[in-house]
Amino acid sequence: MHTRTGVSVSLQNLGRSFGPIHALDGMSLDLAPSEMVVLLGPSGCGKTTALRVLAGLEDADTGRVVVGGKDITNTPTNKRDMGMVFQAYSLFPHMTAQQNVEFGLRLRGMDAAARRKRAGENLELVGLSTQANRYAHQMSGGQQQRVALARALAIQPQVLLLDEPLSALDAKVRVQLRDQIRRIQLEIGITTLFVTHDQEEALAVADRVGVMRAGRIEQIDAPDVIYNAPITPFVAEFIGSTNRLPGHADGNMATVLGVRVPLLPGSPTSGQVSVLVRPEAVRLRPMTDGSDGSTAGTATVVATSFLGAHGRVQARLADDSLVIAQLASTDVAELSVGQRVVLVVQPAPALATAV
Amino acid sequence: MAGVDVAGTAAAVDTPASTAGGPKRRRLRHTVRRKQAAFRVIVVTVLMAFFLIPLISLLDFSTRLRNNSRSGAAWSKVISIASATDASSQKVWQGLVNSFILVGLTVAIMLVLLVPTMTWIRLRLPRLRRVMEFVCLLPLTIPAIVLVVGLAPIYRQIASLLSTSPIWLCFAYAVLVLPFAYRALDAGLEAIDVKTMAEAARSLGSSWVGVIWRIVLPNIRTAVTSACFISLALVLGEYTVASLLSRTNLQTAIFIVSQDDPRFADALALVAMAIGFLLLFALSFFGSGRKARKV
Repeated sequence: MHTRTGVSVSLQNLGRSFGPIHALDGMSLDLAPSEMVVLLGPSGCGKTTALRVLAGLEDADTGRVVVGGKDITNTPTNKRDMGMVFQAYSLFPHMTAQQNVEFGLRLRGMDAAARRKRAGENLELVGLSTQANRYAHQMSGGQQQRVALARALAIQPQVLLLDEPLSALDAKVRVQLRDQIRRIQLEIGITTLFVTHDQEEALAVADRVGVMRAGRIEQIDAPDVIYNAPITPFVAEFIGSTNRLPGHADGNMATVLGVRVPLLPGSPTSGQVSVLVRPEAVRLRPMTDGSDGSTAGTATVVATSFLGAHGRVQARLADDSLVIAQLASTDVAELSVGQRVVLVVQPAPALATAV
Repeated sequence: MAGVDVAGTAAAVDTPASTAGGPKRRRLRHTVRRKQAAFRVIVVTVLMAFFLIPLISLLDFSTRLRNNSRSGAAWSKVISIASATDASSQKVWQGLVNSFILVGLTVAIMLVLLVPTMTWIRLRLPRLRRVMEFVCLLPLTIPAIVLVVGLAPIYRQIASLLSTSPIWLCFAYAVLVLPFAYRALDAGLEAIDVKTMAEAARSLGSSWVGVIWRIVLPNIRTAVTSACFISLALVLGEYTVASLLSRTNLQTAIFIVSQDDPRFADALALVAMAIGFLLLFALSFFGSGRKARKV
């Protein structure tokens, strides 16, 4: 398989409105060569619009698109040299898998033998060399998306664009194809922009994850940083689950349920705060008969759920707020609904917001 | 075990019941099937009679002389029409040629006008779909005779600028076939994800013309065939516009010939119908051929 060095991509101050809705509101993003950036965000945050502007399928009202140091803002889609995989199945129904993969090569005037060879290589790359003569209606959704990936890669584009390509697939195929995409991306070193609303998918494949909100990137960082050190409450609450626990800030520390927790930058430095604590940073200890029932950290278990290696417990605090704790399955098994427990917060760095 | 017992009991109960009621039920089923078959035969017979009696009458009239004797003169004339030198045969031959040219031009105009426009509206201007539909269906609401009143001044201009050739009727016919062709093509475009396919083709380097030619058209093949069917049938049978604008096509030629030689005109009408049928059959074969190969 042909390995190439990726190009840099720069989206600069993009703006795009649809009537009164600002899909992109001064959005900027830089991708390093061969990097895979995943844009993540809720519906309507502008992630797909950003990708479509980069593909040339949407015109930006303001801003510039620069690829490999060249301004392509006004270059039409068919001249941008980008491979794209769409959310909807996009194989041409009147062509076989092989013909679909050859389509872009045919447009580039490649001779038949070279075209067949390249298409064969790319179908092999996605593990579908035996399905070359099948039509779209003879393939499963996962196979169709893999052919679409092979078709996008066959033209050896400068940039690969993935617009929620896995969202129509079932969970198992999704994970397999997600890993396959990442393996291929690393293998050929192509600069890739991947858009998804699935945070697990984003965290699993990205070099960097960009969390978008209201047409802008709220935070862009490595997956572990996004998860462990969110810079805004939106990012903290959008990625994974979070508990909002009352606390008191004092400098770069806060006291939550009697435990001193280090605060992340951007948190208030004094006064009453809500501390955003991950479920895995909450521990539950069954209350013994001699415990003081009036302790601030006491709660009642209202639900438990088994999730394989770990489980989740919902507990209600005295002020009626719910807290979610993620525990080992064996610990969850020891708890029952209605049981009184004591909450202990782990002193992991957390973000806080003013009350 | 309980499940097995229940099933066993049910089978035991069922067996005598089915033995006792079997022949009765079979007789009933047989009677119902016979009645259904008879009903089908009656429906087909009535329909065949409805369609065939006029055609048989036409054939009968074309071969019957006034003294009730038979003659194949009209049919001989039809067979030798291309080489005949008499005025009526030449008129009909000219009308036939004109109609075929008009079919080709009308279908070409209709496809060139509708396919890219409808595709573009679906891709870029979806809000205009209703407007497009309204405009395309409009000719359906205007009687041909009213349409001619509007077309007459235009055709006067065409006659002075270009010629009085009947082939310019193709513009009027393109308008006449719009509603039917639009419906057929719209159904075809509705059945495919034009937007995604067009975007995929564009991202792979295709021009807009390439998108329509290589992607859209092959995927709406059946719809295009249907639109062609309708256009062909309409143009081959069109009389009003051609007659009122004093142009010669097959139907006006047959009408003129029928004034002097009604048997010849009847034979021609039958032949025209057969040609139309054969063309439609050929088109339907063309439209479904690829799909059949694919599966």
